[in-house]
Amino acid sequence: MSAASKVPTAMRRRKRRDAVDRSLAVYAGLVYLFLFVPIVIVVLFSFNSGRHVTQFEGFSMTWYDQAWNDPMVLEALSNSLQIATASAVIATVFGTAAALAVRRLSPTTQRVVAILTYLAVVIPAIVLGLSILLAFVMFADWANPWLAYLWPGDDAPELGLGKLSVIAGESIFGIALVMTVLQARLAQMDDSLERASADLYATPWRTLRQVTLPQLGSAIFGGFVLAFTFAFDDFIIAFFTRGQSQTLPILLFSSIRRGVNPSINAIATVLVVVTVLALLLALFFLTRRTPGGAALPLLDDTSSASREDPAAPAAGPARTPQERTAEKVST
Amino acid sequence: MPKLIPRASTLSTAPAVAWFVVFMVAPLTVLFVVSVGVRGPDGGYAGGFTFDNYLELGNRLAPIWNTLKFSLLGTAVTLLVAYPLAYYIAVKAGRRKLVLLALVIVPFWTSMLIRTYAWTFLLGSNGLPAVLREWGVVDDLRLLNTPFAIVLGIVYNYLPLMLLPIYVALERLDPSLRAASKDLGAGRLATFRQVTLPLSAPGVVGGCLLVLIPVMGEYLIPVLLGGGRSYFLGNALADLFLQSRNWPLGAALAGAFILLMTAILLVGTAVARRLSGAATTGSPA
Repeated sequence: MSAASKVPTAMRRRKRRDAVDRSLAVYAGLVYLFLFVPIVIVVLFSFNSGRHVTQFEGFSMTWYDQAWNDPMVLEALSNSLQIATASAVIATVFGTAAALAVRRLSPTTQRVVAILTYLAVVIPAIVLGLSILLAFVMFADWANPWLAYLWPGDDAPELGLGKLSVIAGESIFGIALVMTVLQARLAQMDDSLERASADLYATPWRTLRQVTLPQLGSAIFGGFVLAFTFAFDDFIIAFFTRGQSQTLPILLFSSIRRGVNPSINAIATVLVVVTVLALLLALFFLTRRTPGGAALPLLDDTSSASREDPAAPAAGPARTPQERTAEKVST
Repeated sequence: MPKLIPRASTLSTAPAVAWFVVFMVAPLTVLFVVSVGVRGPDGGYAGGFTFDNYLELGNRLAPIWNTLKFSLLGTAVTLLVAYPLAYYIAVKAGRRKLVLLALVIVPFWTSMLIRTYAWTFLLGSNGLPAVLREWGVVDDLRLLNTPFAIVLGIVYNYLPLMLLPIYVALERLDPSLRAASKDLGAGRLATFRQVTLPLSAPGVVGGCLLVLIPVMGEYLIPVLLGGGRSYFLGNALADLFLQSRNWPLGAALAGAFILLMTAILLVGTAVARRLSGAATTGSPA
């Protein structure tokens, strides 16, 4: 092959490569349109002044007004907020406590916890929902006669499906979520700080409060927000476990089945905005480095602890890892 | 740190474990117990021990086949849509990588119900079909309540779950491998077929599993986009538990679903492990 014929082929090949690259980029753009256009259209049409779902007839807040004044919407919203808050609190408290301790369990127990967490993640929501439905109803059928028998007054409370069973279901995935987030963060963390704190005669409780938790704070908050949005948006678990209680996604679902109605777009938009804002907040806290402010009071605290204690030399070697982390934080 | 009192720290895992046991393990056990029970006279559960419910499932295979058919089809189409995008983000996007990835994930975190609703809104007779009619493209187009709408809903809702593992596999792939393949005279297509694709295969299998499993339990998509014409496992379960209250049969169907899912998960994981083993030893076959 002569050099003269080589150049054109190379050029042609590069041209073809550019064409392939360009069409890949165009394709990616189309997929992003596909992902965002439907949601954007729902948001856009929630501001439509007309009843028509095809034409945009002008900007108005009518449908927000209508949804906001609907007592059913408000009740569902309040239920959803209660459920989401309760399950996120449960998920955060239990999940954090478990994530902190799981490192110190025996390998067998660690595996049991890992299997339970894995199960909570892979189990289809529909299976979890209907299992909880069965368990709650059967327990209530067994317990209600006893309650009525033992209750001192006349109207004994009746157990059954309701907000509590929804909370029970939503918090299962929430706990697994918080534990996963925190274990990932703990794995990145330098445990020499905790070791140093223990060397300096801090009690385990004090180490937890002053060393471990400040470093985990943002991850805990991020996990809380993720668990909250999951429970707030979830449809299928609530669908099976709610009994007579209404939640916002379920109200939305039943009005969608009755037919398209512009106030659905308004409620949907509110849900989208709340979720996206919460997600951005969670991402902000989860990707943030360990707050630098936490490292400084920590230094003061440990030095005052060593002052109280005659075994001060321990402060010398312990300081190095702290400085190392402080450097890591500042970069 | 063995120094930090072990008993207190062991105890602090107890609430989470207890919660999992009471609200997940125990209900699943109840599910299996009910699945071998007898239906009560007015619905519900009336004790007993029989495998009749599982045998009865043989007469109700339609929802299982239907679910399998649509889940496999939907997963395949999702793979076809996701792979080029994952390739673009991992290999071509350069510094915009993380932004592009985040843009895939953000819609995924908005409620599944709303994402599915958006398509009922778009595909419904007043949506896209009406617009196309106005433009004179087609006269009478039905999009909603068709198999097309179901597959579209699956692709739309599950794209990120397919994309992420493929992206991770492609991102880990050392660019010098592709360069080496080119230096050795392989064309673009040959490089893709013999280097990139086999090395990303574990990601592909992982993505397919992540999509297939939840799609099989899908309820919203067949109801809202399929119009209830396509009867999925999810619809059958909702009917058996919430309408006809035939709990033992419903529990048996759920039990069969769990078994099917476990089998798919085990096979899929084994395949993925073999593929990644093959990938690291360098023999793509």
